[in-house]
Amino acid sequence: MNMIEAINDALDIMLSHDPTVVIMGEDVGYFGGVFRATAHLQEKHGKNRVFDTPISECGIIGAAVGMGAYGLRPVPEIQFADYIYPGMDQLISEAARLRYRSAGEFIAPLTVRSPFGGGIFGGQTHSQSPESLFTHVAGLKTVIPSTPYDAKGLLIAAIEDNDPVIFFEPKRIYNGPFSGYYDKPVEPWKNHPDSKVPEGYFSIPLGKARTVREGDTLTILAYGTMVHVVSAVAKEKGVDAEIIDLRTLVPLDIEAIEASVEKTGRCLIVHEATRTSGFGAELSALVQERCFYHLEAPIERVTGFDTPYPHSLEWAYFPGPVRIGEAIDKILEA
Amino acid sequence: MADKMSGTGRAGHNRPALAFHVPEPKFRPGDAVDFSDLEISEPGAQPRPDEGCAPIDTAPLANDLIRVLGDDNAAHGPWDPKLDPDTLRRMLRTMALTRAFDERMYRGQRQGKTSFYMKCTGEEATSVAAAMALAGDDMVFPSYRQQGILIARGYPLVEMINQIYSNRGDKLKGRQLPIMYSSRPHSFFTISGNLATQTPQAVGWAMASAMRGDSRIAATWVGEGSTAEGDFHAACLFATVYNAPVILNVINNQWAISSFSGFAGGERATFAARGVGYGIASLRVDGNDALAVYAATQWAADRARSNAGPTLIEHFTYRAEGHSTSDDPSQYRSAHERSEWPLGDPIMRLKNHLIHLGEWDEGRQEALDLECAEQVKAATKDAEKNGVLGHGMHHPFHTMFEDVFEELPWHLEEQAAQAIRERKIKWPQA
Repeated sequence: MNMIEAINDALDIMLSHDPTVVIMGEDVGYFGGVFRATAHLQEKHGKNRVFDTPISECGIIGAAVGMGAYGLRPVPEIQFADYIYPGMDQLISEAARLRYRSAGEFIAPLTVRSPFGGGIFGGQTHSQSPESLFTHVAGLKTVIPSTPYDAKGLLIAAIEDNDPVIFFEPKRIYNGPFSGYYDKPVEPWKNHPDSKVPEGYFSIPLGKARTVREGDTLTILAYGTMVHVVSAVAKEKGVDAEIIDLRTLVPLDIEAIEASVEKTGRCLIVHEATRTSGFGAELSALVQERCFYHLEAPIERVTGFDTPYPHSLEWAYFPGPVRIGEAIDKILEA
Repeated sequence: MADKMSGTGRAGHNRPALAFHVPEPKFRPGDAVDFSDLEISEPGAQPRPDEGCAPIDTAPLANDLIRVLGDDNAAHGPWDPKLDPDTLRRMLRTMALTRAFDERMYRGQRQGKTSFYMKCTGEEATSVAAAMALAGDDMVFPSYRQQGILIARGYPLVEMINQIYSNRGDKLKGRQLPIMYSSRPHSFFTISGNLATQTPQAVGWAMASAMRGDSRIAATWVGEGSTAEGDFHAACLFATVYNAPVILNVINNQWAISSFSGFAGGERATFAARGVGYGIASLRVDGNDALAVYAATQWAADRARSNAGPTLIEHFTYRAEGHSTSDDPSQYRSAHERSEWPLGDPIMRLKNHLIHLGEWDEGRQEALDLECAEQVKAATKDAEKNGVLGHGMHHPFHTMFEDVFEELPWHLEEQAAQAIRERKIKWPQA
């Protein structure tokens, strides 16, 4: 099963399992979404449960807040993360604070799904990684899967969660794990162990990281597409790296991070988003505050550049094997 | 050279110069006021279409002004809701109580018992009469000047005051600005300070109610100034696209703090007329005429309940007081506007109507006003037992970290522990 199929399966299960779950967004109904994540769901569950919306992110998220207050569990889709900004006020000022400002009288248990990240020649308006903007907001949970297995289990947990969740789908790895080499074909998910997704209902708790690979020399913190890129680079370089896939940025599994860095004494943080005030800055500060006396080298960050995502030069922007390899060398030489 | 401006801002060619328009209200401080150019329709002259009519059939009503109460204090025409005297007296009492509440809370703010207050003087009908025309479990998504709805729904005054004082009795735990109430048992949605955000939420709630085959409808209130927000337009669009059982109330009280309605586009079209463009049934009513407000709301509620779709109601009224306790309207508008407002005062008009019917008199009104003042005074005393803002009798510090999420994550537990540690240093006597 690839990641799109896993997401479709999770949505199908939740629509069957819980009559309050509804799916809404541009093109999600009859057509099944531009990435086909909601394919056949309207056919199966009807227009009352899966329906198209106007192209109005403010309206989509605003209406979802009202539906959540009514007692539904809306799963709105924002077609690309780059388009989420017109709906930001409804997400940040409304959904995220509804429970707090009403002292628990009203909640907004919505899960906003949105494909994010670059590497598909999407130009500056179809490639952004805005996750750190959301991690800065009190009351929002931020979830990013990196495998079909996780996508299904985490999405089910997100829909069941009573807090608003933003669920970013790394679209570069919808069809297969990506090594970071743009000129090599992507291996399809079917050859990967995490494409074996159990049938039926299961969930993965939010706030728990996944150890992708154990190691003693270096801790690498990553999420989404970058989990696969750092795995490929570590393997290629023969580094005994411990790779932690964060899976949720808020709430963050600080215990897993601390345990790993205390073991290895070295920490590399990798994300695709722009560098300044990116989530890597938060991770770096946390590791420094909590693990300083265990560190044997300065913490390194590998990120995208502080520019918009350039269409023709996207592979120059992308934090791929060269940038990651240099950072690993620098940490190991320190 | 076309990209270079000359000294007058004109490009170097001989086409006529364009003129930039900045709206300006008709009267400023010190000006004499003349409202004679306002087109005010005859009470009773407006047709009342069937609730199931096509949205376009309401277009004339979106530019007219639905009125029932005339200068003769009688009710006129097809929009007369023909309420019985007991209901009319209950309406009058609720409006008078709302005004008494505002008076007392305004004084409370001036006495330093809270940081902020907003009166709805002159607009009582737009919330009280509307609330009375809705079912008690219809969900309302108010803005910040609809305290009349809570009072109409019997929410305890003492709870409202606890919230305004942010005291330890405040069930919102002192988190919200005064007047931003919430009461799920009264189907009253928590108020946001970000303008118009409640409008798409109300539509979403109404959509959900329809999806689930429920019978409850939603209503929302927004000021005419806030209709400039994108959220309002998203709300209109979603309401029409899904034929949502929702009433979108626009309170045109002429002023958004110091910006007159022209800055929201009111110079060019009525606010009700906007609904027509979306395919929403739209009514423009005299917001100071409690019977017209009741009738329009009842019409819209019947329409929504019978799956005939949403309605936009513009309530044409006047904000008799400042925007809030932080505002001084004498700095930007003529002091005479309030006394010259041609549509009068909603409480006086309803009172005079009841007197005209032989169901009321000045003596009873005086007694009612006194009784309302006493009721608010007693509630205030009760609330003050729970403390006033800034006097220490607030909620435990740990509550500051609760309800951010359903469960407290590790980082908030750590921060809560820090706040409690700091408390011992900052307030050792506490």
